[in-house]
Amino acid sequence: MLIVGAGPAGLAAAIRLAQLTADEPELATRLGDVPVAVLEQGKTPGAHLLSGAVIDPGPLSRLLGDVEFPSYGEVRSESVLYLTSDRAWRLPTPPTMRNRGKKIVSLAKLGRFLAERAEELGATIIPETVGQQLLVENGVVVGVRTGDRGRGRDGAELRRFEAGGEIRARVTILAEGTQGHLTLTALEAFDLAGPNPQTWALGVKEVWRVAAPLDRVIHTMGWPLRPESRFREFGGAFIYPLGNDMVTVGMVVGLDYRDAGVSVHDLLQQLKTHPSIRPIFAGGERIAWGAKTIPEGGFAALPKAFHAPGLLLCGDGVGLVNVPALKGVHYAVESGRLAAEAAWAATTTGEVARLADYDASLRTSFLWRDLRRVRNVRQGFARGFRRGVITAGVATLTRGLLPPGTSPTDADASHEIFTTTRAASYPAPDGLLTFDKLSSVFLSGNRTRDDQPNHIRLATRVPLELGTLWARMCPSHVYELQPADDGLVTVDIVASNCVQCGAITAKGGRLTPPEGDSGPEYTIT
Amino acid sequence: MKALVYLEHHEGDVLEASLGVLSKAATLGGDVAGVVVGSGVRALADGAGSFGASSVFVADDERLASPLPQPRVDVLARLVRHEGFDTVLIAQSVLGSDIAAGLAVRLGAGINWDLTDIAEEDNALHGTRPALTDSISVAVGWTSDVRIAVFRSGAFDATPGDGTAEVWDATVELEEHSVLAELVEATRAESSGPSLEAAAVIVAGGRGLGSAERFDLVEGLAEVLGGAVAATRAVVDTGWWPYSGQVGQTGKTVAPRLYVAVGISGAIQHKVGMQRSGTIVAINNDPRAPIFDYADLSVIGDLHDIVPRLTVLLRDRRGS
Amino acid sequence: MKIAVCVKAVPDAFGRRIDPATFRLDRTGDLSLSEYDAHPVEEALRLRESNGGEVIVVSLGPERAADALRKTLAMGADRSVLVSDGAFAGADLLATAHALAGALRRETADLILFGQQSADGDGACLWAAVAESLRLPVISQVSEITVVDGGLVGRRQTEFGYERIRVPLPAVVAVSDAINEPRYPSLKGIMGAKAKPQEVIGADDVGGEGASGTSVLSVSTPPARARGRRIEGTSDPAQDIVDYLVKERLL
Repeated sequence: MLIVGAGPAGLAAAIRLAQLTADEPELATRLGDVPVAVLEQGKTPGAHLLSGAVIDPGPLSRLLGDVEFPSYGEVRSESVLYLTSDRAWRLPTPPTMRNRGKKIVSLAKLGRFLAERAEELGATIIPETVGQQLLVENGVVVGVRTGDRGRGRDGAELRRFEAGGEIRARVTILAEGTQGHLTLTALEAFDLAGPNPQTWALGVKEVWRVAAPLDRVIHTMGWPLRPESRFREFGGAFIYPLGNDMVTVGMVVGLDYRDAGVSVHDLLQQLKTHPSIRPIFAGGERIAWGAKTIPEGGFAALPKAFHAPGLLLCGDGVGLVNVPALKGVHYAVESGRLAAEAAWAATTTGEVARLADYDASLRTSFLWRDLRRVRNVRQGFARGFRRGVITAGVATLTRGLLPPGTSPTDADASHEIFTTTRAASYPAPDGLLTFDKLSSVFLSGNRTRDDQPNHIRLATRVPLELGTLWARMCPSHVYELQPADDGLVTVDIVASNCVQCGAITAKGGRLTPPEGDSGPEYTIT
Repeated sequence: MKALVYLEHHEGDVLEASLGVLSKAATLGGDVAGVVVGSGVRALADGAGSFGASSVFVADDERLASPLPQPRVDVLARLVRHEGFDTVLIAQSVLGSDIAAGLAVRLGAGINWDLTDIAEEDNALHGTRPALTDSISVAVGWTSDVRIAVFRSGAFDATPGDGTAEVWDATVELEEHSVLAELVEATRAESSGPSLEAAAVIVAGGRGLGSAERFDLVEGLAEVLGGAVAATRAVVDTGWWPYSGQVGQTGKTVAPRLYVAVGISGAIQHKVGMQRSGTIVAINNDPRAPIFDYADLSVIGDLHDIVPRLTVLLRDRRGS
Repeated sequence: MKIAVCVKAVPDAFGRRIDPATFRLDRTGDLSLSEYDAHPVEEALRLRESNGGEVIVVSLGPERAADALRKTLAMGADRSVLVSDGAFAGADLLATAHALAGALRRETADLILFGQQSADGDGACLWAAVAESLRLPVISQVSEITVVDGGLVGRRQTEFGYERIRVPLPAVVAVSDAINEPRYPSLKGIMGAKAKPQEVIGADDVGGEGASGTSVLSVSTPPARARGRRIEGTSDPAQDIVDYLVKERLL
C-alpha cells in the first residue's frame, strides 16, 4: 500500500495500516515485501508541515492508544479580539471557535513524532521523494511514478541525475495536503470534483522565542484587514503560546481578495505593530517562519467522490477543513484512518469494490456532520465582513439548518482586481519586530538547489496589475517584475525561493512539485 | 609557559601567518621557541628571533623535503618530549592542521583550533574561537599537560622587533608509518587564479552589474588584486556566470581576507556564504542595500565608474 | 577492497544552537548526514564499483544518528557501525579519534575515507588524528584518487597548487568536495536500506572512553559585525578605496 504524503492524514493511514497488519500478520504477507510505504517530498516528515495549531485531540488519541503525542498542553484561556488600528475590543468567543480542552501543537513536530511511530510499527518512510505521476492501467490506479532528481535548469540531465522509479501498489492513498499535485490531477482525471470550485486562504506564520509567557490563545479579526465588502478581505490572525517560552503568530487571508496590493506576509508584519500585540514580542527573537494555503471551500467544495479504482483521497488535499473553527488536523487524521481501513478491507478480501466503503464511512463520520453544519459560513464573508458575521451567526444558531441549501463558491482567480495604496501602509522591516520576505524565506530552512527546472507554471507576460498581485501575494519573493512592451510586465520566477505554499495555484498559475528535498525545512511550525 | 611555534615555510620564506602566531606567542610571557622543518632550510631560522623567538630549532634532513605532515609530527613530538614544551602553537593551513591533529594523538595533548585569540589567565591558557558561522564566541581551555593551539589564518599580525634567537639542531627520528607517504609530483597553482575556497581575495559581482558583459569589470579587478571571481545566485540564475562561482547559502561558503562585493545587495542568502571574510568592501548604488549593514567599507556610488578607476589605480600601484 | 568511511550526523545548518547548559552544540533536533561526508561515501562506492569489495560506514554519535546513516546505506553502502555511548557526549578531537580508531580496528579496512570538513565545525582534522592512532599513512585534501599496484595516488590540493602523493594500503585519505558529485539514492536503494545491517557498539567495544584534552569555558555573543566606514559623494571614491586597503594592509 502506498501513501503519498507524510502529514497527519498520511501518517494516520500508515499507523492504522501497520496496526491492522500487526493484528493479522498472515494477511499482511499479501501486501508484499514493503507492506506500507509513505512517500514524503521533504527532507524528513514534518519538513513541509505548517499549521497553527490548536487541534481536537480525540481522533489522534484514539488512533495512538496509550501513546501520548507531543503537545504544548491544553488551551486554558482564550480571547477573540476585534482590532482597529489602535484599539482592541474583546468579543465573546463564537461557539465554533471554543477551544477549551483542545491541544496546542506544532504540526512539524507532530509529523516527526507520527513518522517515528509509523516506522516503529513497520511502515517504510521514503523521504526526499516526490509523487510525480499516477500510474494508471485500464482505468485503475496501480501506483505512482516518483520524480527525477538532478536535472539542470533547462531540464538536461546533470552528472548526478537519478531517474524516478515506479512504485506499484494495490491501493494508493493520496494525503498530499493543500494543492496536492496528484490529488488535483486525480480530481480532474477521474472527474471527482464537485460542482463548486475549491477556494483557499493563505496563511503566513512565525514562531518567536518570547521574554514573557503568553497565557492564552488569541484570535483576532478586523485590522489590518478592511471590512468594506468591496475589498473582500476575509481572515484574521492567531496567536498561540507554545509552552512558556515560545509564541506562534499567523495571519490567514482568503485568496478571493480584490486588491492587488495585498501581501499576507506584510499584513502579518503590520499586525505585530498593533499596540496590544507588540508587547507580546518585545524582547523576543523570531526563530521560524513559513507559509501555506488552507482550503476554504468547505462542504460546498468537497469532491463528488473520494475514491477511484485503486485510489483513495484524504485530508486537506480534498478540502476537509472546518473554516469557522479553524480545524482540519483531526479530520485529516480521521480520514487517514478510515482510508486505511477501507484499503485493508479491499486488499485482504480481494474485493476492490470495498474501496467505495471509504466514501460511505466519511459520510457517516462526525467530520461530515461538522462540515455540513458550517457549510455556508465562509461564503457569507465573500460578501463582506458584516454580511459574513450575520450569516455565520444564523448558521451557528440553527446548527446549519439555515441558510438553506449550499451557497456556491467562486474560484479565487475569477475575481476582478484593482490596486489601492494599501502597500504604502506596510511597515518597513526593522529586523527586530518586522522582517522582509527574503530573510523570512531563510528562516524557513529553505535551501532549494538552484540549478533545477522551474516548477511553477505561469504565464510570464501579463498586465502590470496581475503581475503585482502575484508579486505581493507570494510570501517568498518568487516573482519579480520587469517592464515589457505595451504596458505588460515580464514575470521572472526565482523558483528556489518557493516554500510551496500553493497560493499561485489559486490565482492563475500552477505549483508543481520541484525535485525531492526542495522547499522549506520546517521544524517548529 | 614554555611554547613551541611551528614555522611553516614555502619557497624560501616563513609564512606570514606563522610569524603572526610567533609574535603573539611572544606577548604571552615565558619562553618561546620556533621550529623549522625541511631540507636546506637552515637559513630560515635567521630572522625568527626578531619576531619573538628566543631559540629556533631546525630539523634539516632530506627525508623532510616534501611538505608532508607525518614526519613533522615525529620531529615536533620528539622536541616537545625532550625540551619539555607545554604548549605548541600552529597557524592553520592544510599542512599545519594535519600536523596538529597527528601531534595531539601522539602526545595525548588537547587541541583547540580555529582560534582567533589566546591569553593566559590564572596560570591557565584560554583560547577564543568563533562558532556557528561566527555568530557566537566560545572560550576554550585545555585539561591536558601539553596543549596544542591552532589559529585561524591571519589571526595575528607579524610584528618584527630587535630580538635574536639561538639556533639549535633538532634530531630527526621518523616512525615507520610516517615515511610511507611519498611525494610523486608537485605543481604550483596555475596563473589563472586560485580556486574560490583557497583564494585570499575574492571579487564578487551581483545584479547591479547590469549584464553578463559587465562581468569584465569584476574579472579585471580580480586579476589586478590576484583574486578569484565569484557571483551571486541572481546572476548565476540569469546565466551571467557559471554556478561554480556562486557564493551563498546554496553555493560556496568562502572566507577570504578581502571580499569585494560589486553591485550586490547582500540579502542573507548571500551573506551567509561570505560573512566570515576578513574585510568586506561593498560598492553599490543603493544606499539602503542590506550589505551596507555589515560591510567594513561601504562605498555608495556607481560601480561602472568606480570599478574601472579602482582597477587602473591598483594596476599603476602594482607597476610602481 | 574493504573501505571504511567515517561520517558524522550533524544538526541541520539552519537550526544550530548552543546548549546553554553544556556550551556544546545542541544535538537534540534533526540530525542528517554532514554534507561533506556524502563525498567520501560516493568515492567509496565508485571504488567498490571498479575494485570490488565492501563499503562500511562508521560514525560516532547518539542513537538517533542511525537515521542519517541510513542515507549512506540508501546510496549503496553495505552496512553501518555506530559508536554510541553516553560516555562520548561532547567528545573532543582526542576522544572522537579514539572512538573511531577503536571501531576501525575491529574492521581492518584497506582504505579509510573521511570528508574534508565537518559541517558543524567540530571535527577538524579527525583523519590525521585517526591515522596517528592506527599508525597509518594519511593524505588530506584529495580531489582525485587513482588506485595503483599495492596502494593509491592521491591528488592533493593545497594553498600553493597541487601535489600527487603515493601511499601503500592500508591508508587514511580525506577527500575534498571537489572529488565527485555524490549520487542521489535510487528508489530501490532507499527502500532496501532498512534491511541492511546497522550495528551499534559502545565504549567497551572501542577500548574505553578515551580522554578529552580540552574544555569549553563559556559562550558569548560577540558584537555583530558592525557597520564600518561609509564613503558617499566623495570626489574620488576609487582612490578612497585604495587608501583604505593600504591602511588595512590588504595590498
